[in-house]
Amino acid sequence: MSVLLNKNTKVLVQGITGRIGNFHAEEMIAYGTNVVAGVTPGKGGTEHLGKPVFNTVKEAVDATGAEATIVFVPAVAAADGIMEAADAGIKYAVSITDGIPAHDMMRVKRYMLRYKKENKMVLTGPNCAGTITPGEAMMGIMPGHIYMPGDVGVIGRSGTLGYEAASQMQAEGIGISTSVGIGGDPINGSSHKDILELFNEDDKTKAVMLIGEIGGPQEAEAAEYVKNHMKKPVVAYIAGLTAPKGRRMGHAGAIVSGKGESAAEKVELLKEAGIHIIPNPSEMGSKMKEVIEKHL
Amino acid sequence: MDIHEYQAKEILSNYNVQTLKGKLALKTSEAVAAYNELDTDVCVVKAQVHSGARGKAGGIILCKSDEEVRNASEKLLGTHLKTIQTGDQGKLIEKLYIESGCDIDREIYLAYVMDRAKQRIVIVASAEGGMSIEELAVEKPEAIKKIEIDPAVGLTGFQARELSFALELPKEALSKAVKLFMGCYKAMVNLDMNMLEINPLVLTKDTDLIALDAKMSFDDNALFKHPEINALNDNSQKDKREVAASEHDLSYVGLDGDIGCMINGAGLAMATMDMIKYCGGEPANFLDIGGGASPERVGKAFELVLADKNVKAMLVNVYAGINRCDWIAEGLVQVIPTVNLNIPLIVRLSGTNVEQGVKIIKESGLPIILADTLKDAAQKAVDAAKQ
Repeated sequence: MSVLLNKNTKVLVQGITGRIGNFHAEEMIAYGTNVVAGVTPGKGGTEHLGKPVFNTVKEAVDATGAEATIVFVPAVAAADGIMEAADAGIKYAVSITDGIPAHDMMRVKRYMLRYKKENKMVLTGPNCAGTITPGEAMMGIMPGHIYMPGDVGVIGRSGTLGYEAASQMQAEGIGISTSVGIGGDPINGSSHKDILELFNEDDKTKAVMLIGEIGGPQEAEAAEYVKNHMKKPVVAYIAGLTAPKGRRMGHAGAIVSGKGESAAEKVELLKEAGIHIIPNPSEMGSKMKEVIEKHL
Repeated sequence: MDIHEYQAKEILSNYNVQTLKGKLALKTSEAVAAYNELDTDVCVVKAQVHSGARGKAGGIILCKSDEEVRNASEKLLGTHLKTIQTGDQGKLIEKLYIESGCDIDREIYLAYVMDRAKQRIVIVASAEGGMSIEELAVEKPEAIKKIEIDPAVGLTGFQARELSFALELPKEALSKAVKLFMGCYKAMVNLDMNMLEINPLVLTKDTDLIALDAKMSFDDNALFKHPEINALNDNSQKDKREVAASEHDLSYVGLDGDIGCMINGAGLAMATMDMIKYCGGEPANFLDIGGGASPERVGKAFELVLADKNVKAMLVNVYAGINRCDWIAEGLVQVIPTVNLNIPLIVRLSGTNVEQGVKIIKESGLPIILADTLKDAAQKAVDAAKQ
């Protein structure tokens, strides 16, 4: 097993005929992802990359039984695209788009609450590299070949730093069950804690690597969860020790604006929760190896 | 994006928030004329810079005559105001806001923030105005009232009344307070603000509520919806290098160290800076060149980093995902001879087609120090900067 995504998951691509959607849909199909259809308003009835294209997500779901969607919709309309997926009964959505207004995301989060628990959609992102279950399927823009199948779950905000972690782990012979990008925005679909809960219940996942950064309360919330509920070892790195207070470091959410938001404070909280801290970003692979050898 | 107090007050006045009469002045003569036109005994000369805590830094001066206004204006205009929020450089004062005084009964703190834990807008308010909210949160957390707003329905009447009572406003001010709280919420949502702070909001002896100061911060990602807000942008309040970077869609933050950085991805950029620090060095900047690192963008990025005269060595760390290392190497080889590079350059490439990328750099004959791992790259950069 894995979390959120496997080789059987029927995946839709919203925005499949756009330049970016087209490029990555092709990569996803080549990787082995079970892409069943695309959605582009106004292009319903056509075919693209050998897949049927629908006008609405609802039509695509009705016709193909799609359960998941990756939303390649420009920032202006991305929030609307996510809500359309939630309304059509999609179970899992990945939003890649960078630059979605925070108020739009606030409305999306509120909108998603209207469904009963069993119909509620899980959203990861926006502003992330996506999710990959190595050897099975990917919904994202990552280079698939750097991810080796295995039993470590990975959660991270950043794309390229996640690639760095996957490469370092591969070099140590450590594989990944699923890697989930939660994105660098202040208001995001799923938090570190939400994904930790999934990995905690996943038989395939034996340990978790959490890659956090400055800004926001989500690492503190994850620490609290690990302390009270986590059955598996967690290894963590927090980026941004050198980041000055009050300056935004690229990601819209990477800004230290209050207490507990600096890298040093987050590291302290994670340590107290019994999480193994990676002292510097060149030791993501070696620290994971050390923890696996000692605890598994 | 931040805006000036006078701009924020103009916006608020369209949303049922009362402000005092005031005029903008760019020159001392205009400041004196503004004071006379306001027809007030007491006025306040306020430096317009993008920062809070201006009063404590000497940027707000109470004046009672032409002479005092003239002196205050001459003292402030053209200087840099250094507050606890601006850093050592301070911010340039190009504009003054001349405002009439009022009879203050009480000061209140009022802010609307985007709460990342709740993922909603939360009103943070206190009857103990005048104090900084950070101090208050530590010393008297019970004096802070918080109201969480459901984005589906907005601020409700009962919540606004609850807030008014919590702030111990007199009943004569209740309906004015409700209007004001509602107006602020509307402004925040309509204009995609990240933060709206009125500190202080004052209750006058006539039970009026007046925004004595106003601070607004807008979501950069939503400015496309609000050209009228975008037009309020003031580049003089920003770091020049950051302005130049944003013109090329690059994300740059200047720091105090001596190792220039150029990296793709915000997380990897922060991690690389951490690694430099871990190896005993100090990064000179944060710079994310983003995904499609075209030779043109890379060229601009080099210019930006090298414009900082403190930079003694430069580190390029690129993880090629969808990009390929050979394309990036070709870009570097093309760009480097065109920039005036007279410091050691360390390059680390990883990801797709790394062997071809490294080969291109080696064969170029350019004086580039190659590195294999993140640690190797940071260590080489730190050593090079020390030489």
